[in-house]
Amino acid sequence: MRGQPSLCDVLAPLNLDEALALRAAHPEARPLAGGTDLMVPFAAGRLPDRLFLNLWGLEELRGITVSDGEVTFGALTLFREIAAHPLFQREFPNLVRSAKATGALAIQSRGSLGGNIANGSPAADTPPSLLVYGAELELTSLRGSRWVPYADFHTGYKRSLLAPDELITRIRVPRPRAGGFHYFRKVGTRQAQAISKVSLAAWARTGNGHIQELRIALGSVAPMPIRARGAEKALLGRSGASLPLDAALEALQADISPIDDLRSSARFRRKVAGNLLADMLRGLALV
Amino acid sequence: MNDYAHIGRSVQRREGRAKLTGAALFTDDFKIEGLLHGATVRSRVPRGRITGIHFEEGFPWDEFVIVTARDIPGKNVVAHLIQDQPCLADGVINHPEEAIMLLAHPDPQRVQDARERVRVDVEPLPPVLSIDESLRCDPVIWGEDNIFKTIHITKGDPDGAEAQGHLRMDATYLTGAQEHVYIEPNAIIAEATAEGVLVRGSMQCPYYVHHALHEMFQLPLEKVRVAQVETGGGFGGKEDFPSMLACHAALLSWKAGGRPVKIAYDREEDMACTTKRHPSRTRIRSAFATDGTLLALDVELLLDGGAYTTLSPVVLSRAAIHASGPYRCPNLRVQARALATNTPPHGAFRGFGAPQSLFAIERHMDEAARRLGLDPAELRRKNLLRTGDVMATGQIMRDEVDLIALMDRALTEIRYAEKRDSYPTLNASDDPVKRGVGFSVFMHGGGFTGSAETMLNSVAALEGTEDGRVRVLAASTEMGQGANTVFTQVAAEALQAPVDLIMVVPPDTSLVPNSGPTVASRTTQVVGKLVLDAGLAMRKTLLDAGLLLDGDVAGAIRTYVARHGALRTESRYQKPDFMEWDDTTYRGDAYATYSWACYAVDLRVDLVTYETQVADFVAVQEVGRALNPTLAAGQIEGGVAQGIGWGLNEEVIWRGGSMANHQMSNYLIATAVDLPRIRVFFEERPFAYGPGGAKGLGELPMDGPAPAILNAVQHALQIAPRQVPMTPEVLMDLVEGA
Ligand SMILES: Cc1cc2nc3c(=O)[nH]c(=O)nc-3n(C[C@H](O)[C@H](O)[C@H](O)COP(=O)(O)OP(=O)(O)OC[C@H]3O[C@@H](n4cnc5c(N)ncnc54)[C@H](O)[C@@H]3O)c2cc1C
Repeated sequence: MRGQPSLCDVLAPLNLDEALALRAAHPEARPLAGGTDLMVPFAAGRLPDRLFLNLWGLEELRGITVSDGEVTFGALTLFREIAAHPLFQREFPNLVRSAKATGALAIQSRGSLGGNIANGSPAADTPPSLLVYGAELELTSLRGSRWVPYADFHTGYKRSLLAPDELITRIRVPRPRAGGFHYFRKVGTRQAQAISKVSLAAWARTGNGHIQELRIALGSVAPMPIRARGAEKALLGRSGASLPLDAALEALQADISPIDDLRSSARFRRKVAGNLLADMLRGLALV
Repeated sequence: MNDYAHIGRSVQRREGRAKLTGAALFTDDFKIEGLLHGATVRSRVPRGRITGIHFEEGFPWDEFVIVTARDIPGKNVVAHLIQDQPCLADGVINHPEEAIMLLAHPDPQRVQDARERVRVDVEPLPPVLSIDESLRCDPVIWGEDNIFKTIHITKGDPDGAEAQGHLRMDATYLTGAQEHVYIEPNAIIAEATAEGVLVRGSMQCPYYVHHALHEMFQLPLEKVRVAQVETGGGFGGKEDFPSMLACHAALLSWKAGGRPVKIAYDREEDMACTTKRHPSRTRIRSAFATDGTLLALDVELLLDGGAYTTLSPVVLSRAAIHASGPYRCPNLRVQARALATNTPPHGAFRGFGAPQSLFAIERHMDEAARRLGLDPAELRRKNLLRTGDVMATGQIMRDEVDLIALMDRALTEIRYAEKRDSYPTLNASDDPVKRGVGFSVFMHGGGFTGSAETMLNSVAALEGTEDGRVRVLAASTEMGQGANTVFTQVAAEALQAPVDLIMVVPPDTSLVPNSGPTVASRTTQVVGKLVLDAGLAMRKTLLDAGLLLDGDVAGAIRTYVARHGALRTESRYQKPDFMEWDDTTYRGDAYATYSWACYAVDLRVDLVTYETQVADFVAVQEVGRALNPTLAAGQIEGGVAQGIGWGLNEEVIWRGGSMANHQMSNYLIATAVDLPRIRVFFEERPFAYGPGGAKGLGELPMDGPAPAILNAVQHALQIAPRQVPMTPEVLMDLVEGA
C-alpha cells in the first residue's frame, strides 16, 4: 500500500449534528462513507486528502422509508439493502439491477448510495436509474436542509451543487405508477466486477399505444451521468407501432459526448449507446 | 484400468491444508528482525541517456540505503541466455520501467515516499515502440538490426507447391501481450555479504536465480544460496524476472552490510514492470488442393521481445516449431524473428510462443475451410497428422494418437454437427444474439526443445531418513500446479510405500540437485521420471541389502540408515534413444513427445454490445496419463480460463512503451461469471518415457481456447477475426466496418 495512514486523521462524529458542525469547521475534511471509492486511490498513493470525516456510524443516514407516494433512502443505504428489498424488485427494477451490477458482494455490503452519487463518477451505476425515476437529493448543513432534483445535482466532471459545508443526507424517489416499462443495461469489459463502458436506463409509461412518459439516462458517455433529453423528446407522444428510431438515435448522439479512455473508445460508446437505445425501444414496442 | 497404487489417483494436494488454513507463509509474510524494505527508482522514458540524478533537498537521505550501478561489486548484468540486460541502468535507458536506483529503509511507506523524491534527468532518444518500427531499424536499438534471433525451418519445396495450389491464401494474425496475474506479486528477501549470499523468495527456477547472483557478484558458486518460498502462482512470470529482483534485493543488502532486505512489489508495480507474453504478428501464405489437401505453408512469424534478449530466442523456437500446427504439410517454410522494442522485456508465459503461432494456424484453417466450401472438421480430417507422418522439423510422429478420433470426441460432446447446421437458421432472425460453434486442434511439445534437455543434464535424488521417511530432492518448485503432490505419488509408487512416507524438500540450492527450471511442461514428464527412477533405485538398494522382504518400507529404510549411515539415490536425465536434434539446421526430434488436444466451444455474440460469451467449453486431450486426475483437470480448467481471457478480454494497453492499464480494475481477467462450465476429458495413452506414462500438460490448455473461440465467432457472424484479444471494440470495427 502506498497511502500512508500515519499521515492521516479521521474526525469521528457521534451523530449528524456533530458531523455537520465538523463539516462546517473543517470543509477540507473528506467525508468517508463506505470508503469503497476512496480506498482505491488511497492505496495507490494517489489520494491527496489527509483529513477525513467519518460518516459510517451515523444512524441518521441509514434506513429506507416507504410511504404512499415515495421511497426515501438514507445516504448510507447499501446496495445490498436495495437489492434485497421486495418492493423495489416490483417498483424500481432498474435500481435493483444497477445495485446488483455494482461490484460484487463485498462492495455491495459496504458501498453506499450516497457515496455512489457524491463520488460523481460518470461511470457510476445507480445514477442512470435514479435519474429515470426522478430522484431528489436532500443536502444538509448547519444552515438547514434543501431538496434538489437529482437531474440538476451534477454540474460537470466531478462537480456538483453540494456546498463545502453540506452532506447528502437522503435520496427520495417517487413511486412510479404500476404498469410502467423499465430498462437497465450495463456494458462493462466483463460480466461482473467491471466499471461501465456504457450504461443506459429508461422508464416509460405507455397509453393508447403511445409513449405518454419517458425518461432515458446514460452513464459513461458524458462528464457526468446524464438524461438523454433530445432522444426523449424525439420519442415522447409517438406511437409504439411507428417509433422514429433514426431520429431518436440522431438526437441521442447529440445528447452524449463520450471520450476515449483506458476502458473503451468514444466510437464504441457512441455506437453501443445507440444500440442500447434501439434495444430498449424494441422492448418498449412489445409492451 | 489402473495397475498402480498411487499413480492415476487423486491424492490430496500435499500443501493444500497449510494454504487453506493460512498456515503457509509467503515471502511477504515473514517477520524478520532488522528488515529493510527496498524500492526501485525507474526511468519513465522509453529510451534515452541519463544526464543527472537529483535528490530532493531537506529530505533525510542519510536514513536510506542507496544503490546505483556503481555499487555493483561484480558485473552489471542480469545473466540469462546472454548478458545484455543490466541489473541497473548505467547511462543508457532502453525501456520506461528500467531500474536506475534502489532505495531501502526500515519503514516500507517511507521508502515508497522517498522514491518520488528522486529526479532522474534523461535526454530522450527516439524509441522503437512497435514490431514495424523495429523491422524498419528506425532507429537501431539492439545489435546491428534489432533482431534477437532468427529461426528458419524448411521442408520440401514451398514455392513450387504454392504455385500449384487450387486455393491460395495470404492472411496475417495478431496477438497481444498478456499479464500473468498470479495471485502473489513478485517478492524476494536477500542477505548478502562477501561471506555469502542468501536469497529467499517467490520463484520458479532457483538455479536461474543462483546463476544470476553468481554472475553479478562474481562470487564462487558455493557462496550463493537460493531458496524458494511458498509461491503464489507463476505461469512463467516467475521464470526470469526473479533473477532481476534477487539481484536488486541482494545489492541493497550488500550495501547495508548484510542486513536483510525485502523487495515485494505491489500489484501496480508488478503489472507495469515484470514480463508479459510476447505480442506477435504471423503472416501465413498457404496453398490447398481442390479437395482441401494442404500443399504448402509459408509462415512469417514475428515476436516483440522488448528491450533485452532474456528468453525470447527460446520462446521464438517453440513458436516456430508449433507454427504448422498438427498438420501433415509436405512443403513448409517458417521464418521466425524476435525483435527488440523499447518496452520491458517480454518473457515466459504458459505456452511459451506456441499459443501465438497455433492461434494463427488454427484460425487460418477455418478461413481456408470457408473459402474451400468445406466444413472445418472435414478440412482437418484430410490434413491432421497421423502416426508415422513427418512433422515440420523432419521428426517422425511416433505418438500413437488418433487425432481424428480425438477431434470427433470433442465435436460429439459439443454437438457440433447439429449446431453447425441449426445456428445459421437461428441467426437469420432479428434477435441480436448470434450463436456459433467452433473448435481448434493442437499439440504442445513436452519438455525443453531439441537437445536442451540433454544440455540441462537434470538430476533428482531421494534420501532415506533415520526415522524411515523419504525426502525428494529436486529444484522443481511447487507454485500451485501440484508438483509436490505428483512427486510424492511417483516416489511412493516406485518404493511401493504409502504417500505419507514421502516428503518433498522445499527447493534450496544448498540442499537439492539441479533438476532444471520449473517450466516447459517438463516437471511431471521429465523430472517426475527422474524421481521415479531414483525411487526404483532406492527400492533396489533396499532389496539388494536383503531388506524390504516384509514390504515395510519405513522399517527397511530405518534399518538401512542405521547400518550404513545414509541412504541416497540419484537419477540423471537420459534422452529417449530415438531422439536426434541438430540445433544449427533445426532438423530432428524437437520434442520427445507431444500432448494433443481438441477444444470446442459453443458461444453467443451479442450485436447490441459486441460481447462474446462462451456458453459451453469442451476440452479433450491426450496427455499420456493423468497422474492425478483432479490436479490435471484443475490445470486444464485454469489454462482454459487464461486462454479465454487472452482471447476476449485481457488487453495490455501500451503508452510510450509502458503498460497504461497496470491495475486489476483496468486489466480484466475472466471472473466465474465470464466463464462457461469447462468440461474436461482425458484420453490416456501412456508415454514410454514418462513416469507412469505421463506427458506434460501444464501449458497445453493455453494453446487452444483463443482460436476455438474466434472460429466459433466466424461461424456465428460469417466474418474473419484475426486478432486477439478480440475485445468488443475490435469486433465492432469488424462487424460495422472501421
Ligand atoms: C472492487 C470495486 C468495485 C466497484 N464496482 C462498482 C460498480 O460496479 N459500479 C459503481 O457504480 N461503483 C463501483 N465501485 C465504486 C464504489 O463502490 C461506489 O461508488 C460506492 O457507491 C461508493 O460508496 P462509499 O460509501 O463506499 O463511498 P466512499 O468511498 O466513502 O466515498 C465516495 C465519495 O463520496 C463522498 N461521500 C460519501 N458519502 C457522502 C455523503 N453522504 N455526503 C457527501 N459526500 C459523500 C466521499 O467524500 C467521497 O468523495 C466499485 C468499487 C470497488 C472498490
